[in-house]
Amino acid sequence: MLRVSDLSISIGSPDNYIDIVSSVSFEIGRGEILGLVGESGCGKSMTSLAVMGLLAKGGPWVRTGRAELSGFDVIHAEPYERVEAGHGGIAMIFQEPMSSLNPVMTIGEQIEEAINVHQRVTGSRQNLTARDYLEMVRIADAAMQINAYPHQLSGGMRQRVMIAIALACQPQVLIADEPTTALDVTVQAQILSLLRELCDTLGLSILFITHDLGVVAQLVDRVAVMYAGRVVETAAVDRVFDAAAHPYTAALMSCLPDPAHRVRRLVTIPGQAAKPGQITKGCAFAPRCAYAVDICREDPLPYAMLADNHRALCLFPRGVVR
Amino acid sequence: MIAATRTFLVPFMRRPVAAAGLGILVLMIVTAILAPVLAPYDPSKIDPISRLLPPNAAHWFGTDQFGRDILSRVIYGARLALLIGVGVVSFALITGVPAGVLSALFPRFGRVMMRLIDVLMSFPALLLALGLIVILGRGVSNAILAIGVVYLTTTSRITYGLTLRLRTETYVEAANSMGAGAFWTIRKHVLPNLVSPLLVQASFVFAFAQLSAASLDFLGLGAPPEIPSWGNMLAEGRIFITRAPWLLFFPGFAIAITAFSLNLVGDALRDRLDPRFRDMLRK
Amino acid sequence: MIEQPLLDVRGLSTDYTAKRGGKTVRVQAVKDVSFTLAKREVLGIVGESGCGKTSVGRSIIRLAKPHRGEVIFSGKDIFTTGGDALKQLRLKIRMVFQDPFASLNPRRSIGDSIAETGDIHGLFASKAERHRQVQQALSNVGLDGSFAARYPHELSGGQRQRVGIARAILPAPDVVIADEAVSALDVSVQAQVLNLLADLRESMGLSMIFISHDLGVVGQISDRVAVMYMGRIVETAPTASIIEQPIHPYTRTLMAARPKPDPRIRIKAGIEIGEPPSQFERPAGCPYAKRCPLVTTICTTDDPALRTIAPGRLVACHNV
Ligand SMILES: Nc1ncnc2c1ncn2[C@@H]1O[C@H](COP(=O)(O)OP(=O)(O)OP(=O)(O)O)[C@@H](O)[C@H]1O
Ligand SMILES: Nc1ncnc2c1ncn2[C@@H]1O[C@H](COP(=O)(O)OP(=O)(O)OP(=O)(O)O)[C@@H](O)[C@H]1O
Ligand SMILES: [Mg+2]
Ligand SMILES: [Mg+2]
Repeated sequence: MLRVSDLSISIGSPDNYIDIVSSVSFEIGRGEILGLVGESGCGKSMTSLAVMGLLAKGGPWVRTGRAELSGFDVIHAEPYERVEAGHGGIAMIFQEPMSSLNPVMTIGEQIEEAINVHQRVTGSRQNLTARDYLEMVRIADAAMQINAYPHQLSGGMRQRVMIAIALACQPQVLIADEPTTALDVTVQAQILSLLRELCDTLGLSILFITHDLGVVAQLVDRVAVMYAGRVVETAAVDRVFDAAAHPYTAALMSCLPDPAHRVRRLVTIPGQAAKPGQITKGCAFAPRCAYAVDICREDPLPYAMLADNHRALCLFPRGVVR
Repeated sequence: MIAATRTFLVPFMRRPVAAAGLGILVLMIVTAILAPVLAPYDPSKIDPISRLLPPNAAHWFGTDQFGRDILSRVIYGARLALLIGVGVVSFALITGVPAGVLSALFPRFGRVMMRLIDVLMSFPALLLALGLIVILGRGVSNAILAIGVVYLTTTSRITYGLTLRLRTETYVEAANSMGAGAFWTIRKHVLPNLVSPLLVQASFVFAFAQLSAASLDFLGLGAPPEIPSWGNMLAEGRIFITRAPWLLFFPGFAIAITAFSLNLVGDALRDRLDPRFRDMLRK
Repeated sequence: MIEQPLLDVRGLSTDYTAKRGGKTVRVQAVKDVSFTLAKREVLGIVGESGCGKTSVGRSIIRLAKPHRGEVIFSGKDIFTTGGDALKQLRLKIRMVFQDPFASLNPRRSIGDSIAETGDIHGLFASKAERHRQVQQALSNVGLDGSFAARYPHELSGGQRQRVGIARAILPAPDVVIADEAVSALDVSVQAQVLNLLADLRESMGLSMIFISHDLGVVGQISDRVAVMYMGRIVETAPTASIIEQPIHPYTRTLMAARPKPDPRIRIKAGIEIGEPPSQFERPAGCPYAKRCPLVTTICTTDDPALRTIAPGRLVACHNV
């Protein structure tokens, strides 16, 4: 459905640039949910903004790569070309809801707007109203709340409004950037269940960015792990938990706090994340990697192909060599 | 300041129409400053022999009923236009911005202030300016004052609305929760965020000030007749409209193009602004 | 060990009035909430989205105006404090806001935002001192010193969130109200920040109200947990007991719904846990009655009060 290949996003000028995302490739099949996890600041949101064609002028820019939605390059197309080709079909749930909602429009108007956009693109009329979408995301008193302004809602309610707006676009592909961080676990379970249902019944494909490994385990089909602007591992979800191949993935898993045991100090990955442009040779994780050897710091790395669609950007993937 | 300059220039880079607007504005400023050098004649020099000449090689824009060179008068007229524009914009900003900001931050003061503004706004703009001139008397500075009061109302209204919105921004609330006083909030959070929308407002005020000033001149209530202003030229030339239309055409064109170019500048700036402010200014 | 509480919240109630389609409606966001916070204590607050957690925090720092109740901070009622005492109070109680992007002025650099409290109160002896403290604050939350010169839109979500924490703890406050303060961080950075907060608690005696939806994080950092539902506290207990043996039916649902990091437990389509409760019309009895598996007739008529059922453990339910 969505295929991103060799996507690099840079800051600076064309002759003096620093990559903040480098050579990212992944694909999402129809009805599939791909989880994107990784260290804070590793480029997850940038990747999704680029795929949406939403990188603002004067900021980071797409240096190389394509993102194809059913064969149509969505990155380099002007918005009207996307619409003409019938590919308005990607919607995004932004990471910080308050800053993405319009403060001077009621939430009903904003959902309505999304419904209208979808109607213009596809020409078909929906029989769902703003109120239906609010009910879908479990907002109480939907009939009254359509008249509310964003600042009158709680953080989690705003987040659900964002989800409602994205769903109202009836997309083929949904990019969800940490969409449930402000939701309690019961509401979150219902939202995740709704997304699962849309994938199963309508064939919606989702790129689901999250830090919550519990959500990853429950919801997604495959996982892509990012570190310092690169995808360092992709695998089916059970393999990520049971047979993580990249040392970063393994280290991340080991940081999961065990709720039954309270500890004095939580486990962290020692060292700091590499700054963009800091490490140009070899593996970006090498300075923090417990298994790194000299050659890890030298050559550009190849992806190690492991079992069934399992790739890791590592010379010594765990469980294979060691 | 650098940020302000950047917001000002970026919109023009890739928009030829807007760039043309900015170009005309710059041209006007240069003309006004260099008027003594550029003008071929003394604008007030009366020459009874060459009265009401149509445009020709010696007088490109022709001459008026006293034989004065119209080109020179139009060039000197740019000085007054610039003075009026700068004067009105400064007056409107210096009075309107504090009025708007303080009204928004201190609701009790604001209620009184905004009612007062409402009263002023209930008059048609030109009528209000006329009334003030009647009270103040004729003259350039009084014209600036009168037109300034008209645009003080809209400026303070816009500032008021924007500040009310800013006040509910989480970062302003955050500052309040740190113990920030009103002065701090205004200086660090309100004013920096007002710069770009007020830049737009200023360019529109500049444009409308031209039209208002010309109207006052035309009615004989603006600049005294001895000062070459575009409005005065229109007023004096109007009886010759059929015999010597160039008396009206050139100053009229100058007024129109100045107002038009400033509107283009304002539009370009507005389109570049934060979408939130764009929504507010549209109202 | 009975200490005089640092912060004592008594009977706090906060309403919002809002216009919805021409009608003025009232939302009882916080209803009769009481709790205490001792020095060095961390109180976790969990609860359904929209149940009033943020409103409790905003009421304490006086951004929302409660219509009933009092908050005593080191012996003084903060709602009647004014002038210089209030200004001092602002230094002592700090809040980390839920939406980090919105809480940073887009036109001020990160460094200026972090130093803002200090600048307002004139805490920095010199420019160099200010610079040093900002750098220190950034590195505390795992950010490189170069971030000070950047603007909020040039940061990732998790980086902005850490800036929010850095600016809250820079003036060395007594109480931090952390509203969903680590939700955008990966587990490793999250652990780093939680360790930092634990250190501050040891070294400076920092107390915290830690609002979070992540029960794992709440379990790690808090001493006691308060569970809120529809503006009320329905259960408070020491952390371990609430996680291992939740008593209130809502708490139990909450604990059971926690996603476990086990790919063999998958979410199913069509999970249904009953209608979300109305914010505008409170039912006569217990607000949870409509969804409660233990519901009896008394639940629909009487709103249960919080009662002590074990030392340090209060529950608002008729049937447990
Ligand atoms: N305009 C900019 N100029 C310079 N650097 C930037 C800019 N925008 C983003 N960055 C950097 O790019 C990196 C990637 O940011 P991105 O928002 O994609 O991270 P992320 O993976 O979504 O992180 P998080 O989980 O914290 O949201 C970050 O290190 C950020 O500091
Ligand atoms: N300014 C306001 N005007 C009207 N209603 C408001 C306002 N702020 C909050 N509310 C309402 O008060 C209730 C409680 O909101 P609050 O933000 O405290 O919830 P919360 O527990 O923090 O939720 P979340 O976990 O989703 O952030 C919500 O129903 C919300 O709609
Ligand atoms: Mg992000
Ligand atoms: Mg909240």
